[in-house]
Amino acid sequence: MMKKLIALFFAGFVASAACAQEAPDVLVQRVTDDVLEIIRKDRDIQNGDTHKVIDLVDKKVLPHFNFTHMTALALGKDWRKATPQQQQQLTAEFKTLLVRTYANALTGYKNQRVVYKPLKMAPADTDVLVRTEVLQPGSKPVQLDYSLEKLESGWKVYDVVVAGISLVTNYRDQFAQEVRNGGVDGLIASVAAKNKSLEAKSKK
Amino acid sequence: MTDYLCASGLRRAHRLVLGALVALACSGAWADENPKDPYEGFNRSMFAVNEVIDKYAAKPVAQVYDNVAPLPVKASAGNFFGNVGDLWVGVNSALQGKFGDAGIDLGRLLVNSTVGIFGLFDVASELGLERHDEDFGQTLAVWGVDGGGYLFWPVIGPRNVRDTVGFAVGTYADPVMFVRPVSVRNSMAALRFVDVRASLLPSDKVVEEAALDKYAYIRDAYLQRRRNQIFDGRPPRLDD
Repeated sequence: MMKKLIALFFAGFVASAACAQEAPDVLVQRVTDDVLEIIRKDRDIQNGDTHKVIDLVDKKVLPHFNFTHMTALALGKDWRKATPQQQQQLTAEFKTLLVRTYANALTGYKNQRVVYKPLKMAPADTDVLVRTEVLQPGSKPVQLDYSLEKLESGWKVYDVVVAGISLVTNYRDQFAQEVRNGGVDGLIASVAAKNKSLEAKSKK
Repeated sequence: MTDYLCASGLRRAHRLVLGALVALACSGAWADENPKDPYEGFNRSMFAVNEVIDKYAAKPVAQVYDNVAPLPVKASAGNFFGNVGDLWVGVNSALQGKFGDAGIDLGRLLVNSTVGIFGLFDVASELGLERHDEDFGQTLAVWGVDGGGYLFWPVIGPRNVRDTVGFAVGTYADPVMFVRPVSVRNSMAALRFVDVRASLLPSDKVVEEAALDKYAYIRDAYLQRRRNQIFDGRPPRLDD
């Protein structure tokens, strides 16, 4: 009897400790629903106001992303050859590029509906895949998955996978090509130039 | 991004494709750094050709269709061609040994062709009969056929050698190709082409903005996506 009580006590303790940190699937669902709700109500964003949607992403989405890990993943083995300063610069530029792309994908959001798949996760896991599906009338459902890792500051997304295409590792060959041509600094310059030209275009 | 035009499966195109394949096989591999893309020189020139075709023909037509057709019309067109395609999806599910899926695919075809009024409405999905994503290229992969090098074709877009063969076989099994008179068949094929191209319009902007090198971005996206399809959305993890 005593044993059962202790077990119960422990179970309760573990459960409450787990609750202190939002579960990864709950986090993804909360943020997604939040953002989509705002977009649905905002005419400017629906009409393609890039700056407004970037602001929204900055505020709501970015705190839950680990861009350093994303950049390391995109660069592959060249990451360890880069100096800490290069790593920092590249992370900043890559973040700008990803945010813009991701934000623009959101402005195209109209009649879609997001379905959340049940999460397969053991209590001790520190790396999980949260699966969702985007449904739209007349089209095949699109798989949209998030890879998350557990850090001290909570669960952070380090990869977004659309229809099986990782938005992060899809850069690997392009990054490797740039590094072959002009080193890590050449790569940083290329991504920065890309960001500048996109920024100039959006101002027109 | 990749399902560029399962539409214009005209037999003449096959002969062209097969001829080009033979030419490729004879000319030997390009000397290149990327093992994923042995025919990169050829592919990049085909990609450039396709960019022009897309810019001046396919994309403008798709944009007009997207702007003019109301959502219910577009959804019905998508559903209709989806329903027509479910037969071949079912055959491929069966060929891959997924008989449960094949049953669902045929169930979808029956339900949507009747209750869904010739496939204009996807009633089956509402009933929980989920649409699958299968084609003969995937079947060949499941059977252990090697991908055989990446290729980029004008009009039909990115396909490796295995998927090019799968595409060619698929058009012979395409119900639309059996429609007579030929003028109706061609109209249907054209509408499907436009429908597919229009469905890709939102991703155009993303690719333009995201890519440092558009050719490489599309190639790598294609390779990742096909791998995902072959493993039915559960590919084993590639660890670095």
